[in-house]
This record gives sequence, structure tokens and C-alpha cells, in this order.
Amino acid sequence: MSGQTQYCTFFLDGLFFGVPVQQVQEVIRYQELTRVPLAAPEVSGLINLRGQIVTAIDLRRRLGLPPRPEGRRPMNVVVRSEEGAVSLLVDEIGDVQEVDGSLFEPPPPTLHGPARNLIRGAYKLADRLLLVLETQHAVQVPDG
Amino acid sequence: MTQHDQDIVRDFLVESYENLDQLDRDLVALEQQPRSAERLSSIFRTLHTLKGTCGFLGFSKLEAVAHVGENLLSRLRDGKLLLRPEITTALLALVDAVRDILGQIEATGQEGSGDYTALIQTLSRLQEEPADQQPDPQSPHLQAEDREPQLQAPSPIPGPPPQVAEPAAAARSEAAPSPAAPPLAQPSPQPERSAASDPPSALRTTPPEDEELEGMRAGSAALASEGDAGGGVPEAGRGSAVSESTIRVDVGLLDKLMNRVGELVLARNQILQFTSHTSDAALLSTCQRLNLITTELQEGVMKTRMQPIGNIWGKFPRVVRDLALLCGKQVRIEMEGKETELDKTIIEAIKDPLTHLVRNAIDHGIEPPPVRQASGKPAEGCLRLRAFHEGGQVNIEISDDGAGLNLERIRHKAVERGLVSSEQALRMSDREAAQLIFAPGFSTAPKVTNVSGRGVGMDVVKTNIERIGGTVDIQSQPGQGTTVKLKIPLTLAIIPALIVSCDGDRYAIPQVSLLELVRLEGEQARGGIERLHGAPVYRLRGQLLPIVDLRQELGLPAIADAAREVVNIVVLRADERPFGLVVDAINDTEEIVVKPLSQQLKGIPVYAGATIMGDGKVALILDVLGLAQRARVVTEGRDRGHGEQGRTGGSETGARQTLLILEVADRRLALPIEMVSRLEEIPPASVERADQQEVVQYRGQILPLVRVGQVLGLGQSVPPPGASLQVVVYRDGTRSVGLVVDRIADIVECTLAATRAAQREEIVQSAVIQNRVTDLLNLPALVRQVEGMWEGGAA
Repeated sequence: MSGQTQYCTFFLDGLFFGVPVQQVQEVIRYQELTRVPLAAPEVSGLINLRGQIVTAIDLRRRLGLPPRPEGRRPMNVVVRSEEGAVSLLVDEIGDVQEVDGSLFEPPPPTLHGPARNLIRGAYKLADRLLLVLETQHAVQVPDG
Repeated sequence: MTQHDQDIVRDFLVESYENLDQLDRDLVALEQQPRSAERLSSIFRTLHTLKGTCGFLGFSKLEAVAHVGENLLSRLRDGKLLLRPEITTALLALVDAVRDILGQIEATGQEGSGDYTALIQTLSRLQEEPADQQPDPQSPHLQAEDREPQLQAPSPIPGPPPQVAEPAAAARSEAAPSPAAPPLAQPSPQPERSAASDPPSALRTTPPEDEELEGMRAGSAALASEGDAGGGVPEAGRGSAVSESTIRVDVGLLDKLMNRVGELVLARNQILQFTSHTSDAALLSTCQRLNLITTELQEGVMKTRMQPIGNIWGKFPRVVRDLALLCGKQVRIEMEGKETELDKTIIEAIKDPLTHLVRNAIDHGIEPPPVRQASGKPAEGCLRLRAFHEGGQVNIEISDDGAGLNLERIRHKAVERGLVSSEQALRMSDREAAQLIFAPGFSTAPKVTNVSGRGVGMDVVKTNIERIGGTVDIQSQPGQGTTVKLKIPLTLAIIPALIVSCDGDRYAIPQVSLLELVRLEGEQARGGIERLHGAPVYRLRGQLLPIVDLRQELGLPAIADAAREVVNIVVLRADERPFGLVVDAINDTEEIVVKPLSQQLKGIPVYAGATIMGDGKVALILDVLGLAQRARVVTEGRDRGHGEQGRTGGSETGARQTLLILEVADRRLALPIEMVSRLEEIPPASVERADQQEVVQYRGQILPLVRVGQVLGLGQSVPPPGASLQVVVYRDGTRSVGLVVDRIADIVECTLAATRAAQREEIVQSAVIQNRVTDLLNLPALVRQVEGMWEGGAA
């Protein structure tokens, strides 16, 4: 990767993630969720996005991170996927960051677990690492 | 030409007229963007289809014309030639010529005497010219200037001043600079006004009138931009008010409109909810108006999406003809109710299943002519399609007069394939056995043909029909034919639904599956639901209704039976079987807008979609069939209480059944009518003996006879000498048994009440029917009593 890319960033359990802005439809505050019994545990529920019904995926669970502390309301990062809009539930939203491709590096072989397929790599920013989410994989969940 | 051929030709004509209209539009649009590969391909395809079909039907003149046009187009498509007005003109003249020939075919069945050599020559000449020496076709001004002097040229009588400045006029360039053009504009000199009533094409050949119309048309920018300018001319000439009052609308636009109306319905529901507590009279009356208008708008938009089912049936005569030829059969197709309307989405969804059923009927149902003649039927089989509205649904029936289903073979095959146990197969009624052909992986075709018989057909048909909320039923009479009945909802987008609550969430249940609601309170709530070896059941009017707990099926925390104050049972029907769904609360019925679930949730069979409620929250829509399957109400549980076997499809009451009443000695006996295959009178002389068993020859088989009175120890009255034996033929699995009774008394439809548990195995229960105590026979047990006969019995 080279050149400048804009990322919509967010936080998950202290980790700093980014999704290319082109893939992000919008970012919205917490929405009331309708749970879906029998669905995969990663599916938090359904939200009403101005008349469109969107499935919300708990990104913490998807990445195998510890559950969000009680009482902390997630934010929705609504991304465009091949099958339509999907909301990713994240802890907090960061700024849109423009990063240089030269700073990118693929994940180390020691990265394993469910995150292995979901993190494309990281940008080595001055103060921290920006993890790039593999959006298409992240929105897929195993059959409920 | 036979009636059958005429049907094909008529369908060909309908299709071709549509294609021609499309060609006109595409050609006109192409002039605006001559390099659009997409348009060129579309035109090419349309013409190619036309050519292919007329070749098939033996219309050689038409084929020749289409062929040369296709060559020209292929050069355009490959970029070897660039479109210019002259070419467009020639191509439009081609379209007109084709329309002309079609008109002839429609009127006379022949291609007519029109001479198209000049046109063919022009088209051939045009394709020889290289691309570079052409004027830039993209400039409408150039076209317009080009046209001005020539517009009069082809027209012996000048039309009114054409409005050449209008780009639309250029788009429909009737004239061309080429000297070959004049003959093009008047391809066929034959018809006069009399032809106007039927073939639209004939009108193209009256040049003065044409030009006049052209001018009128071109003058109307609105009409031209609507995209129908090309096709419109002959119609206008026909003076048809119908065509002028209709327009073509993009389906995508209608879909969008439908979606928006869906949103509006939701917003309306929300507003109504917000204002339900207000006392502001003005606001309330405004809301009422909003409510009314929304409902009307919704109905109106739904209507725009309705299409006659004839649109998909139109293809069937051809399918039937080809297939019949392929299978060496003679089949006639009859259609009734072509005009029955369905939502476009549904039309699309049932297209393939219907085609499959039609193919199946020809491949499996209708016998080859020699077989038919041998069984005294006409050599030509008949396939009937019938559609009609009933109770907010559309019924579609596909019937053939073929051999009917071979239920023995179906049972046998189902056991062989491991779909049911042999015992289940034996106990199944014929009706249930017939349903086996819808089981996944079932196919009785002895050999795999390229028509059907891969064992993927009927279950896919069923799945597809059920996916859109429809049901499939099959009925068959041996030797008489088979009828497949589909019940389809009118529309999918907005459906009435019952809203229930469960563990704090709301769920919507499509009303089409709803039979009734039962509420148990107090003592009933705690003890009303009984357990049958662990399986919860409820006695609904004397019948055991299997109970499914929604909490349990959805994996939600259970409520202890003892803690229940109230039990709400929603009685639903899945696959013609009733079951009770226990929910926390029953809220209301509402019109809901069905939205699909995302791919992450598609794999969960208990949901049919989701909807947005009046308060803006999302609710899941339950898939009743999926739920029933998950709870195993409709899978293995074929061995149901006999009461239920009497259910007639679609009945709303649930517990009624039809019984055959028999008399033996002085006792009254009853049998569910489904278990009876036929009633026969057999002359005593034809009773023979095989081993120690009384038998008769029956339909090429040996039918063992059981004297019911003797088996039950009732004795049997001796019939007067020479009187016929009254025999009830009962088919169990692959064999038949004849039950000899004294008298066949009646057939009654009743609800079994006031029953007494039976003392004997051969009798299920005793009930009061028509004010008399009647024993309900347990046929399998009765026949087991005389098991020995099965071995020496029928083939």
C-alpha cells in the first residue's frame, strides 16, 4: 500500500481500529436493539436505521475480545458490505485519519485466534498502531 | 394450422410485438448515444431472439429480414461500423417490416406477399460500408438538418410541416439520405384501412398518414421522451384509447414507490400511536385523514404492481409443445383465469415452480398415446391451468388427465430412500403418501430424463412456494389424473400479522397461518396443557393439539407451568397441520411491511423477516413453517391422532373430519374417509378362494376379503342369495384389502365428541355420531388381526 488513505477510526477494548472511509456509510450513536434469539452470539440484534433494518454485530465478540463493561453503550459504525449495510458495534469513535501507505505492515505471525482473519495489518503511527479491519470478513458470522 | 399451433403463433406474436416495441425504443435511444455497447447488445439480442423463433416456426421471409439486420447489428456491435441516421432509418424500417409481416401472420396465418428485397439490399449494402466515412451521428442538429430536405422524399403526399427542430423528430428518423430509403419507408404496399382493426403493423404501410402521425408524435416531446415513440405509431393509428391511457413504468421505480409507501405506512402507524392519547380534535381528524389516504395510497400502489398470471402462462403452450414432442406424447393445454392478478414479485417467484409442475405433468403425468388409448382415453392428453381468487389468496391448479400418482410406488420409494419407516408408510393415508413426493431427495422416475427426475424438483417447488407464504397440495386419482393446487398470497410486501410478545420482545406472525386464539385462565392455565410422554398437548374440542412453546423454541428462559396465570395459545397451521404456539401475550393484529433479514440471519429458519413497529422498534416475523419444523410438528410426526387425519385442507375449524359410516350386524362402525380407497359392490359369484382366504380379482390384483363382522366377533348377516357384497377397499402400503360389510350407510362430516375409550384394539374409540353410538375402526389393527392373508394376498 502506498499513497494516502482515509480511515474512519474507533476504539475497542483499548485497541485502535480503522475502516477505510469509503466502506463506512455512517456513524450513529447507540440505537435500541431488537435481539434475535437463535442467532450467532456475535449478532447483537437489529436496529432501525431510518426504516432500513440493519443487523448489528458485536465487534468485541467477533474479535474475541472481552465483553463490553456493563452499562457502557456501544456506538454503531454502519459499513457497506456485499450484502448490504451492517452495523459494527464499537466502544468509541475516533477521528477520520489520513495515513500514509508506507507506514503499513501486515500482521505478525504471532497474531492468532479469530482476529487473524479480521485484521489486515497495522499502520505504525507515531503514538500507536492503527489496526485495519478486514470489513468483509468482520461482517460474516458463523451460522447461528 | 391446428389450434395448438395457433396458440404458439399467437404467443410468438405477443412476444414479438413486445420485442419490436423494445427494438424501437432501443434504436431511438441508440441514436442519442451511438457508442453504447449495452444498447447495441440489447438490440442485437432482441433481433436474434426474434430470428430464432421465426426460424423455428418456419417463417422464412421474416427470418431472412431479421437475419440481414442481425448481420448489420453485429458489425455495429463490433465497432466495425458506426451508427448514423441512415443506418438507424434502415433498422427502423426493418422493425416496421417485421411488424408488417407479423400483422400478416396475425391476420392470415401467412407471411403475406410483401416484397422486402429492397430493404434486404439496403441493409446488406450498409454493412459493407466502412466506419470512417460517416458523419458524426451524435449531433442532433446535423441530423435535423439532414432530415429537413429529405423528410418529404419518401412521402408521395407531403405531411404537415414536420417539426424538424425537435430532436425527438430526428430520433425517429423516417427518412434517410440514401437513395434506397424511399422503399424502406413503405415496405409493403398491400393493406388498406380495413386491416386497421386487427394487425397494428399493417398501418405502417400507409405513408401519408404515417408521416402525419410522425409529425404529431414528434411534436409531442413528452411522448417521445417516454420512450415509446417508436412503438406508438401503429397503436396510435389504431386509435386505441387503451394504449394511450397506459404507460410503461420501470419496475425499479415501482419497487421504490412500494418501499416508500411501506415507510409511510410505518410512519402513519407511529403517528397514530402518538396521537392515541391526545384530545386535540383537529389533530385527530388530520390523523384520520392521513390514515385514510395512506391506506388508499397503499392499495393504489399495490395495484400498480399487479400483473395477470397470463404473463407467465403465455410461455407454457410452447413449453408444452416442445416437451410433448420430446416425450412422444400428445398434449393439449387449457387455461382458465389468465387474467387473475398477482403482485409482480410473486409472479416472478412462482414462475419456475409453475414451469416445473407443467413439465412434470407432461413427463410423468400424461401417458404416451398408446397407453392412453389402451385405457380408453383419447390419445391427446390435457393439461389444465386454472387460477382464481379466493379468500385473499390466489389459487392455482395444474391438473392433467394422466395416470395419476402411483401411490404404492411412492410409499415403496419413500421407505427405500429412508424418508419414512415402513410402518409409517403403511399407516399413511393416500393423501399423505401423495405428499411424499414433495420430500427432499424423492423421485420416482425410473430413469433420469433431461426433463425431470433428478429428485430435486418437487421439494424445490414446495420450498419456493412456501417461501412466499403459499401452500402446495397434490391430489391424484389413479387412472384419472393428478391435480396440484397452489395457494399463493396476493402480495408479499405488506401483510396482515398478529403481534405477540415473548420475554419482552414482540414477534409478528403472518395471519395467513393463523387458525384461532385460545386463552386458558386459572386452573386451566396450570393444568390445561397435558403431557403425552413428555410432548405437551392441549385438548382442543376433543382433539389433541401439539403444543410448541415459543420461549423454548427460541431458547429464551422458560416459565414454570405452575407459575402461569394465563396461557395464550396461538393455533397455527403449518403444512396443513395445526399446532398451538404458546406465547406470553397476544397484542393485536397489524399490517406490517416485510423486510428481509440480512445474510447473517438468513440461516435461521424460524424467521421470515423483520418489520418496524409503530413505535419504531424492530420486530422479527416468525416463519410458521420453519418454527413447526424446528419443533418437529411437521417432520417425523406423521403418525398423528386419527382425528387429525380427517382435517380437510384449509379448513379453519381444525377438528372436523369426514367419516364413512358402515353397518355390520346391528353395529355402526366408522372409518376416516381418507383411509378408504374405493367402495365396491362385488357379485358373490366372483369370490374365490386362495388357500383358506376369500379373495376376488380386482384391477389385475388379488384382493383379500375380510369379513369385518367375523373379525370383530359380531357375526354377519347373511345377504339374500345373489345380492352383491358391499366391499370397502382399504389400501395399506403396497397392498389392498377388501372389508366386507353389510351396508354402507352414510358419509358424515362431524366433530368427534362424547367419546369412550375402546376395549378392543380394533376399535379406536366409540363416539356418538348422528345420535347413535358408533365405533371408530382402527384399520391397521383390524387388518393385522388377519395378518396371514397379507402373505398370500395381493401382489
